[in-house]
Amino acid sequence: MERDDIIEYSLDAHHSEEEGRKIRKTIWMVTLLLAVVTAVEVALGAFWKEWFPGAWHLVKWTFIVLTLVKATYIVMTFMHLGDERRNIRALILLPYALFLLYLVFIAIWESNYVNRAWEMFL
Amino acid sequence: MSGEATKAISGDVLWGGGRSPFSISYGKMMMWFFLVSDALTFSGLLIAYGFVRHAYTGAWPIGEEVFRALPFLHGEYPLVYVALMTAILIFSSVTMVLAVEAGHRMDKRGVIKWLFLTVIGGLFFVGSQAWEWSHFIHGSGGYITSPDGAKYWVHNETHDTHDPAHAPGFHLVKAVPGHYLKGEEGAHHIEGEAAMTLWNDRVEYIDGANMTRNEYGPPQYANFFFFITGFHGFHVFSGVVINFIVLLMVMKGVFHRRGHYEMVEKAGLYWHFVDLVWVFVFTFFYLV
Repeated sequence: MERDDIIEYSLDAHHSEEEGRKIRKTIWMVTLLLAVVTAVEVALGAFWKEWFPGAWHLVKWTFIVLTLVKATYIVMTFMHLGDERRNIRALILLPYALFLLYLVFIAIWESNYVNRAWEMFL
Repeated sequence: MSGEATKAISGDVLWGGGRSPFSISYGKMMMWFFLVSDALTFSGLLIAYGFVRHAYTGAWPIGEEVFRALPFLHGEYPLVYVALMTAILIFSSVTMVLAVEAGHRMDKRGVIKWLFLTVIGGLFFVGSQAWEWSHFIHGSGGYITSPDGAKYWVHNETHDTHDPAHAPGFHLVKAVPGHYLKGEEGAHHIEGEAAMTLWNDRVEYIDGANMTRNEYGPPQYANFFFFITGFHGFHVFSGVVINFIVLLMVMKGVFHRRGHYEMVEKAGLYWHFVDLVWVFVFTFFYLV
């Protein structure tokens, strides 16, 4: 039986040739950005000791920030979450971010403690 | 992208029932919910790795020192192989998003072309991972422990690990305590009789990696390597299978008759997610 009470949202996602050209341009720009960021990460990973001796913490945080930049572009452009309605973006990202920040916090806190306990008693 | 999601709809209508307040189809929404739960699983694994590493009091192996080999080539190329794998996965993600874009224009030939390239990229990635696992498991020489507890790295020209003492160029290098891997450059080589004596008196010979011992570092290091990259590799494998099935359906014209290529979009969400996870595995396992 054909149902007429379901809105087919997918039919509305179509776009024209001209819009397609613009979207493809964005895709290639993001590709370039991801490739450059990855190249920077690899070069930094292989040569940071020669380039920035002793600056491990700075290098580490650079890695983390660059990773988050890459993740943002993948989620927002490639997975089209940036093109969806704001409420679904919040629905996907906020509970996840909240839970994850808590988990990261608790893991760092507890592993610090375990590390000190082992240093002391082993 | 244009479409329903960007339309201005008043709040009463949006939340008044009879439509999705998110302007998104059921299938896409469920794919997102699945991806959030899967993301939590991967976060759990990576955070567990971080926990163990941070709590560990000894020296932890360093990515650019463990992963420095290339197939068919001798010499050291830190992180180059992993970078190549990352590039393959990112580019197969790009071909996927291009397939989705072609689907929105109802361009069947375009979807087939890009989806086919995505499947090929995925197969290349799984193959690269198989080589990396094999290299990790077989090791690059290993070390022996002498009765007094000192460690010596085992070297020879042919990377023979079954009977290294009788391979050409056999020599040992004393390991620096508290450091994993290959001693310093230009370190003193122990050769000939002295090396042979040390080899014959060895307490143990650790070579490559398994679930209980490995030459790179503490056992948990190899365990996490196997579990995290294995779990991700399994995701890539299932993604390739899904993409291949969707490709066959595209070629049969199923989605063209249906009037939209949303199935490509949903498979694409999963495929991009696999790429997204690799970005984090790459940073937290290989770089940091």
